Amino acid sequence: MDSKTDKETGCACSCKTSDAPVSGGGHKRASFTRLALIAPALFLWWLLYRELETISKWITYGALHLKEGTRLGSSVEFFLYDTPKVLMLLTLVVFGVGIIRSFFTPERTRRILEGRHESFGNVLAALLGIVTPFCSCSAVPLFIGFVTTGIPLGVTFSFLISAPMVNEVALVLLYGLFGWKVAALYLGTGLFIAMFAGWTIGRLRMEKGIEDWVFETQIGESGEDAQLTWPDRVSYGLNAVREIVGKVWPFVLAGIAVGAGIHGYVPENFMASIMGKDAWWSVPAAVLFGIPMYSNAAGIIPVVQALLEKGAALGTVLAFMMAVITLSLPEFVILRKVLKPRLIAVFAAVVGLGILAVGYLFNAIIV
Amino acid sequence: MKIEILGTGCAKCKKLYENAKAAARELGRDDIEIEKVEDIKQITARGVMMTPALCVDGQVKSTGKLLGPGDIKKLIG
Repeated sequence: MDSKTDKETGCACSCKTSDAPVSGGGHKRASFTRLALIAPALFLWWLLYRELETISKWITYGALHLKEGTRLGSSVEFFLYDTPKVLMLLTLVVFGVGIIRSFFTPERTRRILEGRHESFGNVLAALLGIVTPFCSCSAVPLFIGFVTTGIPLGVTFSFLISAPMVNEVALVLLYGLFGWKVAALYLGTGLFIAMFAGWTIGRLRMEKGIEDWVFETQIGESGEDAQLTWPDRVSYGLNAVREIVGKVWPFVLAGIAVGAGIHGYVPENFMASIMGKDAWWSVPAAVLFGIPMYSNAAGIIPVVQALLEKGAALGTVLAFMMAVITLSLPEFVILRKVLKPRLIAVFAAVVGLGILAVGYLFNAIIV
Repeated sequence: MKIEILGTGCAKCKKLYENAKAAARELGRDDIEIEKVEDIKQITARGVMMTPALCVDGQVKSTGKLLGPGDIKKLIG
């Protein structure tokens, strides 16, 4: 498990931010050259991507002389095809999302959400959670910044749930390894949980569960309103690629290696009896097991791959993945600074219930 | 001149602090005072929602970014 918890400070960092350039830097000409290189780069990307299958076949059976139809051969081909495929998709999507994200600072998102009522506000907050740069280290200042400027508590929670759960890395990995249906279901249900849980917390009138000092906090205007140019946004995207892809590629490799490699070594339906559809208790068990574990989306994918491979039901596995990403002890410790234990308990219970519902739903509809 | 690094103590905040020290050293400026601000109330009082943030003489110059020494030199230079 990928534990990003900083031992000294207890700050769990799972960031989906990137280090944007300082705007107005002096390398204008270099930046514009880079901008012009984007089109050919995208074309090369597309050329390579559509030939991946041919290339992986050629290396496996041509260069390595493996026999077609053997277990080793198909494992190696799978690995050589899926690894570049997922990494290329990840690079492209992280770059694209990085560009989109350069338009959405937390300040901007706050302005959009200000004055929104619940319901529509929950929907909007969950959607903005996807495109706003967010780091769990910043959850506390962000929470204070939202709540004290009058954004309803439930709307704030919709944002705080959606931001870590629905992210481009999780979506690309799910798409690359399990297909677009699983990715779309994850996106849809992740948004649903963020909206539902935030709305419920709003209905429960839990404002008393916020630590009193939060409302006494003076909120300043940072006055930082950087005017980004297009070259700035492109380097924002490139930085996102460097940072995110640079961090998650080992997990991607591990996930694909698990998928390609363990075929023969663990009995095929090893997990089916304990995490299959027929075990009704497997969904709550998966959620409970997920809480003490802390990982980002990339770190959990190899585990997800291994579980699915061995016959665990999709709903159960997705519930486990969502619980690991959104409900975690380090996250509770961070939130404890601004929330009373009662509100943390309500938050965990509501999100947990949402995840349970998603788990059962998937197990029921997917044959 | 006073540089403040705002952050509740995550890895990026520490790195930004180191980078700011490096930037001051590279510029050969010993009149630059570098300080960490870890109190959450003080951080939000500056209107910062993404850490780490960097302030120069009380003005927020950057939020949510791990600036390199080169970037910081541009901000203070």
